[in-house]
Amino acid sequence: MSAMEISNLTKETLAKMFAQGKRFDGRKLLDSRDFKIEYEVSNCAEGSARVRLGKTEVVVGVKMAGDKPYPDSLDKGNLMVSGDFLPMASPRFEAGPPKFNAIELPRLIDRAIRGAEMIELDKLVIKEGEKVWTVFIDVYPINDDGNLVEAASLAAIAALKSAMMPALDKDGNVDYDKKAKDKLPLAKDIAPISITFYKLGDALILDPTREEEEACEAKVTFGISKKGKDYLINSCQKSWEIVFTEEEIAKMMQILPEKFDELTEKLKKFL
Amino acid sequence: MLKNKMALKRIDGRKANELRKITAKVGIIPNADGSAMFSFGNTVAIAAVYGPRMLHPQHMQNPATGILRCNYDLLSFSVHDRKKPGPSRRSQEISKVTEWALLPVLDLKEFPNTVVDVQIYILQADASTRTAGINAASMALAHAGIPMKNLVCSVSIGKLDKDLVIDVNKAEEDFKDGEGATDMAIAKIANSNKFTLMQLDGKVQPEVIPEMLKMANKACEEIYETQEKALKAVLE
Repeated sequence: MSAMEISNLTKETLAKMFAQGKRFDGRKLLDSRDFKIEYEVSNCAEGSARVRLGKTEVVVGVKMAGDKPYPDSLDKGNLMVSGDFLPMASPRFEAGPPKFNAIELPRLIDRAIRGAEMIELDKLVIKEGEKVWTVFIDVYPINDDGNLVEAASLAAIAALKSAMMPALDKDGNVDYDKKAKDKLPLAKDIAPISITFYKLGDALILDPTREEEEACEAKVTFGISKKGKDYLINSCQKSWEIVFTEEEIAKMMQILPEKFDELTEKLKKFL
Repeated sequence: MLKNKMALKRIDGRKANELRKITAKVGIIPNADGSAMFSFGNTVAIAAVYGPRMLHPQHMQNPATGILRCNYDLLSFSVHDRKKPGPSRRSQEISKVTEWALLPVLDLKEFPNTVVDVQIYILQADASTRTAGINAASMALAHAGIPMKNLVCSVSIGKLDKDLVIDVNKAEEDFKDGEGATDMAIAKIANSNKFTLMQLDGKVQPEVIPEMLKMANKACEEIYETQEKALKAVLE
């Protein structure tokens, strides 16, 4: 049963309800579900966090390793975001090479974090031109009940904020027996969140459940951060095959800063 | 707010709202059902369309409609550091967003269980490759006679420090001063306000996004004229 595509009937019902501003769970169209954050999913990770957004659950871990710098950024550490949509998280996910969603999600998280310059990559040089730290952020959904990207972005922030620099031995290799003392260098007060608008008919909704998400026909994800008093869009990607109009985008730009502040307030309770 | 008047000069001397020289040619690959080339200055994209044809594997067939399948990639020697042949996460993502950029104008209901394959390759890259690819693919689909409601036009809008510019090249993509460079790839249904592709990297204030979209309008009109001309030329 759970592996079936969403039925036309459910989709039509949802379209009608959205047009009247209603949702199955009683939320308004732009209301988000509550989320909770826990830390230390693994004490072997440099930092890790679990986010529960409604019934959606995502775990993110940060690992670090000494690596060669990229040729075009010899004086900076590397950032690598990956993810795997484990078949345990949804009847929709299958084993095997990553499907498009599993490629898109880490790329969206990567761009939001990179664009906002949340990690001070220039402080992650071990020996300039030769050895730098690579920060790996790995995202695993544990239960998909919609809006994975937003949940993953919250978990990524939390995992990064909790991450400690591993200690090095005298040869410059990671020494896990030594206790880590320093935190991963992060830009002060910068925490980019990826927020996705979904569209069905003419209605725009935020934070859909899986059922709502499957009924929707277009989505667009914005990575947004705040520097001082300025809100900045750091990434944007439209997905799926229905268009967005100029007016719809303008409306989203009005909503985004407010939504960002709301989520940031909730997030602060857990940082 | 932001004006088209530039505080800084563009590296190649263009005005803020000036495209590079655009060229388009239709019917460049005889084997294909439709094909086209599109270039923004030094960025050159070619596209070939095969189909509608029977879709394999069969389990992907949709009895309600034909499907669109796009493949975008860079040729290995189209960039300075040789690109390793074969798909990457980047190329897979661009292929998918290209599909979504083109789908809203297509009607494949007449061709159940089939696929329309669009192959897009970049011969020479000087930034804005995905937008050049979409412009070429849109023409190639029309050339193949696929039922289309309209053409899709695509262009990149950049923000260099505080200035908005159209059709970003590689040197501008790497711009570092002030607020740095932001690059937004946009595609829209020709002569409408409907956007089929929006992809952005960088730092831009939310209130600037609608301005960037508006700036794409004039550029897309120019691109549309060029596409239309190239399509008419092949009929003669």
